[in-house]
Amino acid sequence: MNIHEFQARELFAEFGVATQPGSVANTPTEAETVATGLNQGKLVIKAQIHAGGRGKGTFKNGFKGGVHLCDTPAEAKDLASKMLGQVLVTHQTGPEGKEVGKIFVGEAVDIARELYFAILIDRATSVPVVIASTEGGVDIETVAEKTPEKILRLSINPFLGIMPYQTRLIAASLGLTGPLMNQASKLFTNLYRLFIERDCSMVEVNPLVVTTDGRLMALDAKFNFDDNALYRQPSIVAMRDVTEEDPREVEASKHSLNYIGLDGNIACLVNGAGLAMATMDIIQHAGGSPANFLDVGGGATREQVASAFRIILADSRVKGILVNIFGGIMDCDVIANGIVEAAKETGLSIPLVVRLEGNNVEAGKKTLAESGLKLESGENILDAANRIVAAVKAAA
Amino acid sequence: MSILVTPETKVLIQGITGSFGARHAKLSLEYGTKVVAGVTPGKGGQLFESQVPIFDTVDQAVRETGATVSAIFVPPPFAADAILEGVAAGLDLVVAITEGIPVIDMMKVKEAMKGSKTRLIGPNCPGLVTPGTGEKSHGGCRIGIAPGYIHKKGNVGVVSRSGTLTYEAVWQLTTRGYGQSTCVGIGGDPINGTSHLDILKMFNEDPETEAIIMIGEIGGTAEEEAAAWAAQHCTKPIAGFIAGATAPEGRRMGHAGAIVSGGQGTAAGKIAALRAAGIEIAETPSDMADALIRRMKR
Repeated sequence: MNIHEFQARELFAEFGVATQPGSVANTPTEAETVATGLNQGKLVIKAQIHAGGRGKGTFKNGFKGGVHLCDTPAEAKDLASKMLGQVLVTHQTGPEGKEVGKIFVGEAVDIARELYFAILIDRATSVPVVIASTEGGVDIETVAEKTPEKILRLSINPFLGIMPYQTRLIAASLGLTGPLMNQASKLFTNLYRLFIERDCSMVEVNPLVVTTDGRLMALDAKFNFDDNALYRQPSIVAMRDVTEEDPREVEASKHSLNYIGLDGNIACLVNGAGLAMATMDIIQHAGGSPANFLDVGGGATREQVASAFRIILADSRVKGILVNIFGGIMDCDVIANGIVEAAKETGLSIPLVVRLEGNNVEAGKKTLAESGLKLESGENILDAANRIVAAVKAAA
Repeated sequence: MSILVTPETKVLIQGITGSFGARHAKLSLEYGTKVVAGVTPGKGGQLFESQVPIFDTVDQAVRETGATVSAIFVPPPFAADAILEGVAAGLDLVVAITEGIPVIDMMKVKEAMKGSKTRLIGPNCPGLVTPGTGEKSHGGCRIGIAPGYIHKKGNVGVVSRSGTLTYEAVWQLTTRGYGQSTCVGIGGDPINGTSHLDILKMFNEDPETEAIIMIGEIGGTAEEEAAAWAAQHCTKPIAGFIAGATAPEGRRMGHAGAIVSGGQGTAAGKIAALRAAGIEIAETPSDMADALIRRMKR
């Protein structure tokens, strides 16, 4: 799950992580009010969408840039009126862009140094790892590739948490001395506490800045939360913005289906995550392009299969469907009936290839054959993939 | 021999009275597995299916029945506690089937398990099967949720992060006449108890295992580590399959651990590492058993 920049700042404020003063605004008047409440000086106005590249983006109304500097609350109001309710297109949004419903109004800061600080859970060692670098404001992968000696990695004991000596060690490696070392220790300690208490899988502060007047603060941050822990994080769940998500995925999540939208035209419906990934791969192997990842799970019901069909068919890009089921415990005939019911109910008019294997497979195949539906059966996964790719090409 | 469990292994089930646990406990009993105890706090003294005694604690169950292995079916909020209860009772092996355990909980479990004698498999895994000698492999040790009947007793070891891909591989082997020594699903979470490498080492030392299928997917570097070891030390033929070549970067593909991030953990990188180690690559999931047969004839 992702959150907005202003929500990240709210989390920082809650946990005492120093950040740029400012607040969110929903209307131009609110933007003016927020700006009036801030210290006099330069202001920054930032469009709140999940996608990156906002500064270099363009609004569909022709207004350039999703990030602006200004001097007065009146100017903030004017800028807000040009951004709110408008659609911003960046290199990450795709050509359709994203509507801007909220903006962040903050005090602009004069940056002396840009640093990098992140916490994530390291799979190899199964403990949290801090990654820090003097090279902030740029892509950390590039730093890791070109100047790996400028990256510090430090493991944290999950029972002790980040120790004071570790925060000082990191601060020293970043050249944060004197009063900045104390600020750094406090910031790192509080950020670690936020990471653990809110079940993050990653927090990346980039850049972490030193201002010209000697303050250390988190200027921009990216959070990833552990989906498995959302059941105990109601305040994080409340930050979910479904308008930022693929509508197909939002609908699927309502039916407890594990769905991820892709750009291809052959949809797939599979039981099991590994098999679902492998089915996408085999569609490509056969010369097609997968439209989605969809795992209906080991205990899928007829209703879930029917919902899955509706979601797949609501996507106008989809020109064919491949169903791939290995019914280990699940009865293949139950699945076959679910497919038949869903296909009839949705008035299926595009090619459908079904590959069934496993428990009670003969009855399942018989149900499909006698359904009167125009569908093909695949002998194995590769055969099924070849058939659906051929059928979609023939229909085009 | 097999690895980890034999048909004689005494198994207890934590969460035996939940619908998920009960269903699979029953299937294991029907397969002929020695399910000797169940644990559900507050239901001690009752019987499961009129034959398996239920205990309030794992400790009691172990002392009364001699169980050495546990399968965990409890819901995610209670799973970390259940695993550590099994560890504290001195079990040899704890198999956590539960999907959806917070990663911070698993991090603490792994830290707390350091120095203990217990091995953890999973979480978020289908469990393991050592097939039996009866019809449709009846009489084997089935721990978890895999379909028992697809197996056949034999000499191929299977290790995988994915349940359904394991079943695919097993079924392909069985229908081609190749049986299995033990099939292990290590689970799809980013932090798990047992890695591909751990299982490869066991298969390499197991006299009954003559060949190995290793199934991986995007995310992490566990497959690469296993392949690097195998290139130097493994004396047995291996075939491999990696899922997720078409997965977009930064998206979690069903399994919590199946994610490509920062260009790391890609299918292409893993396939290259496996190939470099002399592992025969299955080009598609339909090709897993055939890839192993090709490798054995090479």
